[in-house]
Amino acid sequence: MLHLHADNLSVERGTRTVISGLSFAAKAGEPLLVVGPNGAGKTTLIRTIAGFIKPSAGTIALKGDVGDRDIGERCHYVGHLTGIKANLSAAENLAFWATFLDGGTHDAIRDRVEEALSLFGLGALADYPAGLLSAGQKRRLGLARLSVAGRPIWLLDEPTVSLDAASTELLARLIEEHLVGGGLVIAATHLPLGLEEPVYLRLGAQAAADPSAEEEQP
Amino acid sequence: MSAFLALLKRDLTLAVREGAALGTALGFYLVVVAMLPLGLGPDLKLLSRIAPGILWIALLLAALLSLARLFEADHEDGSLEVMATAPLPLELAVAAKALAHWISTGIPLALMAPVIGLMLNLDIALTPALIATMLAGTPAISFLGSVGAALTLNARRGGLLLALLVLPLYIPTLIFGISAIGFAGVAQHGFGASFLILLAISVASMAAAPVAAAAALRLQMS
Repeated sequence: MLHLHADNLSVERGTRTVISGLSFAAKAGEPLLVVGPNGAGKTTLIRTIAGFIKPSAGTIALKGDVGDRDIGERCHYVGHLTGIKANLSAAENLAFWATFLDGGTHDAIRDRVEEALSLFGLGALADYPAGLLSAGQKRRLGLARLSVAGRPIWLLDEPTVSLDAASTELLARLIEEHLVGGGLVIAATHLPLGLEEPVYLRLGAQAAADPSAEEEQP
Repeated sequence: MSAFLALLKRDLTLAVREGAALGTALGFYLVVVAMLPLGLGPDLKLLSRIAPGILWIALLLAALLSLARLFEADHEDGSLEVMATAPLPLELAVAAKALAHWISTGIPLALMAPVIGLMLNLDIALTPALIATMLAGTPAISFLGSVGAALTLNARRGGLLLALLVLPLYIPTLIFGISAIGFAGVAQHGFGASFLILLAISVASMAAAPVAAAAALRLQMS
């Protein structure tokens, strides 16, 4: 089973220490929700796990079922930006990411893209230029990436921004499915996401002072 | 490999659909070359002698215009971050993007050169040599330029900085490009040597530049 352990992690941005002495563990099957006020370091933490930022101290390690790839190559990173090209159609955007992130035959990719588009309610807009989609539809198209390429770790940074209630519910269902399938989800969010029994990781003033800031909430 | 080709195809599709980058580069090329006879006067012998040099320098500047956008769009919409988490090494992703830039900008500029050269009374006999040297030399422009584009990604008004960083790196390509065309008019032997060095510069930059550009991109994303 997949585990992600962070040990005594410290991250600096510029001259400011955003995360200091943070230790936590994320297990496959348990969603880890990173919560905290603005500026608490949620995005920084997600980006550090994805490997974009090098921690100034401490380690992040993946245990169990580990291949030769590092965490960055085993994760889906969904950040504030959607990675959508305005001049490609919705289907072309998704087909590109499916090929780029996972690969497969032309037909297999087309099927996966069609399935993901209809799952996210974008089936009717498949051939529509992505630049003309609304903010929420773009967001959904960006999230559809999660279901066209399989990755064990999902790193989601505020995934519910500009999503409506139905889409948020759909995302929660996808996350549940991923967890049941033995996946690992770490999400920075202000919303509870409607998940059952999430584990909370609180960042912020207390978290910086107290290294063992991991606590569970009902 | 399919990921490399997918990225190449996407960038070429975008280049065709957006069109503006190539249009601007070709237009700039035309305007710069068209202004020279106005500045130098209608001395056909002089124009004919300096035509290859003018065409090469104008081509470098025109290619530079579109290089600034090489990673910018992918950086702004978050694609670059997703690419960094893909199985395809970022170095190869950079190579695919630089290759797409060469195909969508370098090749059209090289093919346009003899046509624009007519305004400079370019010797028609030099056309094959001109196209050959430009096709051989322009990959170096795209690949070396990708390093500059990656380094100036977060710099505001990075265009001028990019020119400052990258133009000196183009000097070898320029020297051997011009010398090959110079030899083409006189002796075939000299042409071969210069042309091969030009190719070597392009091949070396195709191998080395993606590594440097990918390192710069990782730095920009942190």
